[in-house]
Amino acid sequence: MKMPPFEYACPTTLSEAVALLASHDGEAKALAGGQSLVPMLAFRLAQPALLVDLRKLAELREIKISADGVRLGAMVRWRDILDDRRLDTAHPLLKAAVAEVAHYQIRNRGTVGGSLAHADPAAEMPGIAVTCEAEISVVGKSGSRVIRAAEFFHGPLMTALAADEIIVDVRLPAWPPGRRWGFQEFARRRGDFALAAAAVFYDEDASGKARNVHVGAIGVADRPLRLHAAEAVLNGQFIDEDTIGKAEAAASASVNPQDDIHASAAYRRALVGTMVERALKAARSREMG
Amino acid sequence: MSVRFEVNGKQVEVDVEPRMTLADCLRHELRLTGTHVGCEHGVCGTCTVIADGAAVRSCLMLAVQAEGSRIVTVEGLSDGEELSPLQKSFRRHHALQCGFCTPGMLTTAHVLLSEEPDCDATRVREVLSGNLCRCTGYISIVEAVLDARADYRPKDRATGVADKP
Amino acid sequence: MRTVNSLIGSAIERREDLRFLRGRGEYVDDLLRHDLLHAAILRSSVAHGRIRAIDVSAARALAGVHAVITAKEVRAGQPDNGIPRVPMRLQPLPEFEPVGQPVIAESKVRYVGEALAVVLAVSAAVAEDALGLIEVDIEPLPAVADRHMSAKGSALLFEERGSNLAIKFHALRGDAATTFKNAPYVRRESFRTQRHMALPMEPRGLLAQWDAARGKLTLYGAAKVLFFNRRTLARQMGLPESAIELIENDVGGGFGARGEFYPEDFLIPFAARHTGRPVKWTEDRREHLMTVNHAREAECDVEIACMRDGTILGLRGHAYVDVGAYMRTNGAVGARNIAQFMSGPYRIENIDIDVSLMLTNKTPVGTYRGPGRFETDFFRERLLDIVAGDLGIDRVELRRRNLVPHRAMPYPIATITPFESKDELDSGDYQTTLDLCLREIGWQEKSKLAGKPIDGRYHGLAVGCFIEGGAAGPKETARITLEPDGCFCVYVGSSAIGQGLETAFAQIAADALEVPIARIRGVFHGSTSYVSDGYGAYHSRSVVMGGSAILAAADNLRAEIRAGAAKRLGCAVAEVEIVEGDKAVGPGGKSVALHAICDGEVSAEGAFLNKKHTYTYGTHAAHVAVDPKLGHVELIDYVVVEDCGRIINPRTVHGQAIGSVVQGLGGAVMEHLQYDAEGQLLTGSLADYLIPTASDFPNIRALVLEEHPSPINPLGAKGAGEGGIIAAGGIMANAIADALSEFDVEPRELPLTPSRIWELVQAGKESKKPA
Repeated sequence: MKMPPFEYACPTTLSEAVALLASHDGEAKALAGGQSLVPMLAFRLAQPALLVDLRKLAELREIKISADGVRLGAMVRWRDILDDRRLDTAHPLLKAAVAEVAHYQIRNRGTVGGSLAHADPAAEMPGIAVTCEAEISVVGKSGSRVIRAAEFFHGPLMTALAADEIIVDVRLPAWPPGRRWGFQEFARRRGDFALAAAAVFYDEDASGKARNVHVGAIGVADRPLRLHAAEAVLNGQFIDEDTIGKAEAAASASVNPQDDIHASAAYRRALVGTMVERALKAARSREMG
Repeated sequence: MSVRFEVNGKQVEVDVEPRMTLADCLRHELRLTGTHVGCEHGVCGTCTVIADGAAVRSCLMLAVQAEGSRIVTVEGLSDGEELSPLQKSFRRHHALQCGFCTPGMLTTAHVLLSEEPDCDATRVREVLSGNLCRCTGYISIVEAVLDARADYRPKDRATGVADKP
Repeated sequence: MRTVNSLIGSAIERREDLRFLRGRGEYVDDLLRHDLLHAAILRSSVAHGRIRAIDVSAARALAGVHAVITAKEVRAGQPDNGIPRVPMRLQPLPEFEPVGQPVIAESKVRYVGEALAVVLAVSAAVAEDALGLIEVDIEPLPAVADRHMSAKGSALLFEERGSNLAIKFHALRGDAATTFKNAPYVRRESFRTQRHMALPMEPRGLLAQWDAARGKLTLYGAAKVLFFNRRTLARQMGLPESAIELIENDVGGGFGARGEFYPEDFLIPFAARHTGRPVKWTEDRREHLMTVNHAREAECDVEIACMRDGTILGLRGHAYVDVGAYMRTNGAVGARNIAQFMSGPYRIENIDIDVSLMLTNKTPVGTYRGPGRFETDFFRERLLDIVAGDLGIDRVELRRRNLVPHRAMPYPIATITPFESKDELDSGDYQTTLDLCLREIGWQEKSKLAGKPIDGRYHGLAVGCFIEGGAAGPKETARITLEPDGCFCVYVGSSAIGQGLETAFAQIAADALEVPIARIRGVFHGSTSYVSDGYGAYHSRSVVMGGSAILAAADNLRAEIRAGAAKRLGCAVAEVEIVEGDKAVGPGGKSVALHAICDGEVSAEGAFLNKKHTYTYGTHAAHVAVDPKLGHVELIDYVVVEDCGRIINPRTVHGQAIGSVVQGLGGAVMEHLQYDAEGQLLTGSLADYLIPTASDFPNIRALVLEEHPSPINPLGAKGAGEGGIIAAGGIMANAIADALSEFDVEPRELPLTPSRIWELVQAGKESKKPA
């Protein structure tokens, strides 16, 4: 499975990178960690004329934490996220999800930007972006823009990015202390793509009822989803056995997965409910430090 | 394209097509055939090498991306004819049969133990879950890695620290 | 003073490890030759069709492409203008003649992956680029997607034959018809095992060199059955056998699949002769999944007859094996074994099982570790647990009651027709491995947890007994030479595939020669130049056949040495004793150093002939916890106890047992080669074809015994290496059934994936709802 031939460029500035991407009539592709793109080339599912390697763009490697939230540069690797102790409190949900990404070796090279641009429906980062209402900053030949996560993912391996656009960073809104969260994933084997995963978080009002509930589902559709039906069941309620059960049912009822070689549609539908249930239980019982 | 990097402590320069993977470059241009190729799509881990201190799948790296990097392959894990403590542990525990996955297991385990000499069995299994083996069933490999932890801990550490199973 | 060795039985560290650990193994893709051409093979993306045209002109014109070979060039290059076919190595019955695979497709394609053309280029990358430029016009035909369509016969793979049935085997013993008519209890069930495969970590590869001046062909990358392959290739290429040398390099696993004669084993040497340059071919993983022998896809519809106390009276039924598009070298073995070994280690006097081999538009099948045995063990062990439930008999008791007793050995099993194959279980006490296994897993204690939900998961247990056939004959050859420096070299016809032959055979040779193991310079295996006649590694035969051949060679060498010494010392041969492995001593203490006895090398060959099989046997038990919402099975404990007659190296045989079990567990719950209705292989990468990883099954224990040596060879050994895999499917299915008994879950099909288990639980819940 040798790759088809391509040209290779390794620009040192972002504007150079954009110019290169724009130059090949849509036939150029950005290369970040390569953990998703290179296998596509090996299977000859993609045959770009030019690969634009982003590895020299140091400004894309930063993790910035501020009152604004967490800003992950596009070239931030999973490993960088797991090694950053600040994120234990600045965004524990992100960390929990990233710990599930693929395998040890992949986490040393795979990047945030690469995962978002690749848009695999069963990948963790797109799911976190959608669940947390992230904003993705991109730059292209016509300038920069910010795309909301809810509008970024168009389908399996399809995004809102134009051929000349590069992701610069993704901003996850600030994470308040006291927020409750849970992340549950089930895969065939450790490190495989999720058969289904759920990311949940909520805040509590003065009486302890849940508000601002966010429930995200991974792996059950052609893109990550917010499960508004499940959220509606929980907002303004105490999170207990009863409401969790209702949320599980609402989650299952609101998705429409397909049969595939790994699982039946019925199974996935039930599984996402179970993932939501278990994520909520984890959120509820979490030790708040 | 001309690429310059360091392999097992030596500076090398190769002239390769951009599409050549680091795995193929190591094996065929530099004749370091210890790194193996089992799938070419980043799943099996037989191609694992150490790049700037991190275990990576060399079939998912372009050789041209190795410019300026420090690469260590299985050939660089031992000095001369003497097996490294990790290699000795593998032998002692019969942690290899056909030997094909072994270089990838060794490079991965070497990085893990270098960074986490107190890792436990669960962590070892989690890390090695990215390296497929069809012969051993993994149990002896995990035992070999756990047994080698002592060799990676600083020598001046207090003894009597119980080894986590 | 005689040195009495006992290297046999000691857990010495492996010699092979020294090069493997350093990354200094030499696998075929590591080889380089000057002036090499790389081959890439164009493979059909259509499962069934008529080839109308193939246009390779654009491929030929690509810079860096040296040649493109199609059926046309093969015909032109053959003395008889024919296209050679892959022969049958095992059970070569006349029925299989018309369905052998041509080495390259010419008029029809019959499976996705079938070879259409070979490109030779300056690099593997360019060769692959050229594949994309070849235009093939195939008129698609309806794909025979499964055994039902195969039986229907509206689409035929071989029109002239008029049927898609390759052959039907029949296993017979006693009088099943009468037995079933009179039996107090009969249960009928259907079961299915899925298509999966060996998947060694090293993909296949070959490097062929043709020396036109000398008319000699050298082929690297051979494995398993080199001598048969050489014979085949010689015939196909119109060369004498002596003109061909097959060389076995280091091999990254075989498990039955690597080393059989495949189309590439002709195409690559042909390409070398056609181009006049050395040709190297390395398959990629995608290719491997669609071209290396598949295995295990079988269904059965069987009945068991018993007394009310659980004594089994008879077994009868029909089995169906989906053998794919062609019958290749050993495609019949699995099917035959399903019928012949369904009785396993149990005493069943009346058997009538037929097995139909159905051709379909899928990759052809071959043997994979424990061929047919994994499938048939699953069928039988499931049936036994179901029977125990029906009759209210304890599952362990039921097995105990029916195991072939020690005193009944040798015990004849069902005879297979055609290819009259009688067999008998050689030796053993099956009760002892059962007892030991139950004790090891803590059956008494653990049974209390069965079927109970603990923290949301249901616990279950299972136990099952198996036999592993080994030591296939007819022969193996070894040669031992005494070098001038007093060291010995051992050459053997067996093949290494990672099982540690270089060490185990050194142990056997050192003991036989009564020398320290350091005096065995090396064990050289597999290659056709090493011995006059060899067979190879399959059917767990290496230790028995190769090991016994080494004993014979050692005897012959010692006789040669003593004869030579007698001449030197001027005494009778009978008066010569070999002492401390390095000198020969005659009467009066006169001695001569061994290496001084003859000029140059002293060498002797030995062979071991065998017509009977050995039967390693044992018991497996498992304790699982199943999450009914996820369908996830955690393997809490797994114990395998097996008696392999004689242990050469406890370390390596233990490693084989564990590795074999893990492969079996993969087959039980995760591995599956899936096809769609058009014959397209859906599982085309390792992201879809899932094999166990380090985190999946961490709790497995193996105990290997040697309490009942085999009477049929001087080592007393039985084959080992396949036992672990054989019982795993039945065990896991039974443990899962035991765990989920509350939901009436009765698995009848493998693999038991999370999705499948969940569906079974849902079906169980549905059936329990009040009407």
